[in-house]
Amino acid sequence: MEVRIPLQFYSDALPDVDVAELQGKLIVVEGPDAVGRSTQVSRLRSWLEQSGHAVLDTGMARSALAGSGIQQAKDGNTFGPLTMTLFYTTDFADRLENEIIPALRAGFVVLTDRYIFSIIARAIARGEDRRWIETVAGFALVPHVVYYLRAEVPDLVSRVVVGRGYFDYWESGMDLGLSKDMYESFVKYQTRLIKALDSMQDTYGFVTVDASRSANEIFADLQRSIEGLFYSPKGETPAKKKIAKRRV
Amino acid sequence: MALASLQPNRHKGKLIVVEGIDGSGKSTQLSLLAQWLRSQEMSVAFSSWNSSPLVKETTRRGKKKEMFTPTTFSLIHATDFADRMERYIMPLLKSGAVVCADRYAYTAFARDVVRGVSRRWVRNLYRFAVKPNLAFYFRVPLEVAIGRILGGRDAIKYYEAGMDIGLSRNIVESFRLFQGRILEEYDSMAEEMGFHIIDASGSIEEQQQQMREITVRELGISKKTARAGGR
Repeated sequence: MEVRIPLQFYSDALPDVDVAELQGKLIVVEGPDAVGRSTQVSRLRSWLEQSGHAVLDTGMARSALAGSGIQQAKDGNTFGPLTMTLFYTTDFADRLENEIIPALRAGFVVLTDRYIFSIIARAIARGEDRRWIETVAGFALVPHVVYYLRAEVPDLVSRVVVGRGYFDYWESGMDLGLSKDMYESFVKYQTRLIKALDSMQDTYGFVTVDASRSANEIFADLQRSIEGLFYSPKGETPAKKKIAKRRV
Repeated sequence: MALASLQPNRHKGKLIVVEGIDGSGKSTQLSLLAQWLRSQEMSVAFSSWNSSPLVKETTRRGKKKEMFTPTTFSLIHATDFADRMERYIMPLLKSGAVVCADRYAYTAFARDVVRGVSRRWVRNLYRFAVKPNLAFYFRVPLEVAIGRILGGRDAIKYYEAGMDIGLSRNIVESFRLFQGRILEEYDSMAEEMGFHIIDASGSIEEQQQQMREITVRELGISKKTARAGGR
């Protein structure tokens, strides 16, 4: 029989949320740009649904409240680093309170393409204070599991070239002024993001997945791990253990 | 754990802010002060709460459709504030201007806490803000403020009345309860934040005179020009 450990918040609980009511599973897929997160999320969704689980999938800048505002700000290339961090945090909070938590209450599996970790990594890559943004994002629920799809910059570069075919302004971190050349800027910026994500692995108990391999191999790993999550005798997960340790 | 505090102003410009509940008369007083500072040949700029061109459309829509929770309400105002800080207030302070802000981080400290957001969290949220050189708090009895609001406008707005936290289904009653709690929050942080308290039930002229005197004293502006309506 599955023993359910209630979800918890990282530091500051959201007003009016009783974590004991949250029956579902919260699964996060993190990683740098172009690492293949969304491919995995959509395959996981189909697989989970075929296995009989109701699934909500969500991702950055998709909130009803802030999604369009973020898009406009991105189009105008007018985002300052603090403003960007906080706008994305607003978007995340809106989705957490209005999509993720209601779905967890209803017993869904919530699959999220990125979580607070991308927001934190982007803030760190822009020289913001780590403790500040970690505290700001402290109202997030501790997920049951965080998969960190990790690859090196050359892998990302080849996926951008083969996939989209051009370098995106924001994925290249052009606002940082690291280089006038978009390719060079992409390399420098993604190197920073990977470094920032790496530095969070232990603190947040990421399950790191080697994403330099084929999509099929990555998917097989994720499937195996998620099966363990649903049927583990103790219902305990790496993310929780680490956090419990951290909070002592 | 100590609450996070604001960043000291290391620039040659000065930051003056006004705080108080709705109907305290703070905006009127700040615009009078700004006019006087301009007449002293200082370069004066204004920044109002909730006015970032990048963010205010999102806020407007969220309010209209009543989409906010205490957390998103707090975050969107911080986003608006961050944009004004990065693109407007900081460059102006560096240039040596006097920046007058109608409401500042303290508004969030009072309001968001009343909405149920953690005090520690919201104090940290605004940790990037520059500490004002002068912060005026317009303290007014609740009934006076309510009289001014009800007399001056057709309707109290949903979020101004704190209708989102369900204090009362009657909007006037909700407004009274909500603003009353905000007043308590302002009072309780006044000393910690070094507010200059202005009795906002006094006459407009008296209040303005007091503001100018404090400004002269604290910012070292020439005294002979400090009188309200002065020569």
